[in-house]
Amino acid sequence: MIKTDKLVFEYEKQDDDGRVIGVSRAIDEVDLEVKPGQFVAILGHNGSGKSTLAKHMNAILVPTDGTMWVDGKDTRKEDNIWDVRQSAGMVFQNPDNQIIGCVVEEDVGFGPENLGVPTEEIWQRVEESLRAVGMIEYREHSPNKLSGGQKQRVAIAGVMAMRPKCIVLDEPTAMLDPVGRREVLRSIQELRKREHITVILITHYMEEVVDADKVIVMDHGHIVMQGTPKEVFSQVDELKKYRLDVPQVTLLADELRKRGLDIPKGILRKEELVNLLCQ
Amino acid sequence: MIRDITIGQYYPANSKIHSLDPRVKIVGTLLYLISLFTFKSIIGYVLATVFLFACVKLSKVPFKFMVRGLKPIFLLLMITVAFNLFLTPGGAVLLQIGPLKVTEQGLSTAVYMALRLIYLIIGSSLMTLTTTPNSLTDGLEKLLYPLNRIKVPVHEIAMMMSIALRFIPILLEETDKIMKAQIARGADLESGNLIQKAKAMIPILVPLFVSSFRRANDLAMAMEARCYRGGEGRTKMKPLVYQKTDYIAYAIMICYIVVVFVAGRYIPFKIWIF
Repeated sequence: MIKTDKLVFEYEKQDDDGRVIGVSRAIDEVDLEVKPGQFVAILGHNGSGKSTLAKHMNAILVPTDGTMWVDGKDTRKEDNIWDVRQSAGMVFQNPDNQIIGCVVEEDVGFGPENLGVPTEEIWQRVEESLRAVGMIEYREHSPNKLSGGQKQRVAIAGVMAMRPKCIVLDEPTAMLDPVGRREVLRSIQELRKREHITVILITHYMEEVVDADKVIVMDHGHIVMQGTPKEVFSQVDELKKYRLDVPQVTLLADELRKRGLDIPKGILRKEELVNLLCQ
Repeated sequence: MIRDITIGQYYPANSKIHSLDPRVKIVGTLLYLISLFTFKSIIGYVLATVFLFACVKLSKVPFKFMVRGLKPIFLLLMITVAFNLFLTPGGAVLLQIGPLKVTEQGLSTAVYMALRLIYLIIGSSLMTLTTTPNSLTDGLEKLLYPLNRIKVPVHEIAMMMSIALRFIPILLEETDKIMKAQIARGADLESGNLIQKAKAMIPILVPLFVSSFRRANDLAMAMEARCYRGGEGRTKMKPLVYQKTDYIAYAIMICYIVVVFVAGRYIPFKIWIF
């Protein structure tokens, strides 16, 4: 679905007068492959290049060097840009700054309108997408009156209405309260189950990646760790090195093991640990 | 307190006027406003009054909402009346206070001018009260579409208007937040004279501008990510299509215009109000 080959993205650093004082590498030779239907989580501290990588998937940024293919299409070619954006939908961090319509249903219809979908089909898609994220009863509301989690679900519906093959979420929960965060994550789970859509979730909340098929950890533009959540979270010390938190349960399990308890590495869920301890 | 400001003065109701196509309402209002200035005789005023009040009645909007629109222009109205009243020569002198004379002609012009202005405001309020800002923009876009030929970016202008409408409440909320933040840091926004007050606004305006630009940047990116590429090849979720009632409304409008124009101009019905 998404594949990169030695992807490099550089940007020029400027001083206060706008003179170029150097080049900074946000992404440095990243090789990545996401298969159709996979749920991939990308983790990393601020400035690790994870958001820059996400913007490449939507052709908002194009690689300085190396190649990025989205659904087999090179994002650097001008002709592919709209196909790429349609097949890899993107949800951004700030819910307010990505809702265009003054009414929920109009906002969801914005994407299909841009694609030139016939009017009747737009209505059909809007209804389906709003149903999929559980926001159908709010279709005639103003987005300003919704909570952060609801706005973010509308944004997801807006992307879904474009019928993408893959949805890239760039820290969709960073500005939400815990309730909103849970709502959004539940919607993403539902979508995966029902539409079998490829999901790429960029986040720095460890709890959100427990269900992922694959976890990628980035630091300073490099991929430093990758594997299943179990594999990645079993290396607690390494994660700490990249200034990432580990889920509390994993941390507790790790501390207990260090004190001599017989607990395997990579515990991700509370229930798992409870079961182990109660045996 | 800043959140109490409502933008647009749409009055939600389920009426014949509300359900008309916005284009009919825009064109109709424009024609009505022009019609106000085409007649000279009293029969024209009678027709204009009857037509306007019939529309108001049909719209189910309470009359006090119409009158509310008159408040901001009250001063202008008074000045116009005063000038016309005292400075129009002609006809018999009815009243004289020092150098100021009220003539017959002056009195009639003053009354007519006032009526015209009041009807102008009520007429356009009727449009904004019965049409949501969004459908107004849609209507304008469609109406101005022919200007596209002479390279006027009609779609872009309409898009800007609807985005502005969407962001007004967000920016108001933001202003409120910044104001509170600055007050918490000891900013004094209340006291002082006008210049001091204006200066006190700077710490509010600067962050507001910075955050607006950031928002604009984010929004542009989100729009591009959803394949926005201008008006070309774009379909509409809610396209404007004329219904039967819209054609009837147009017909009524044309009848009104013709009648007013003919009656007001050519029937020598010279009865003045007094």
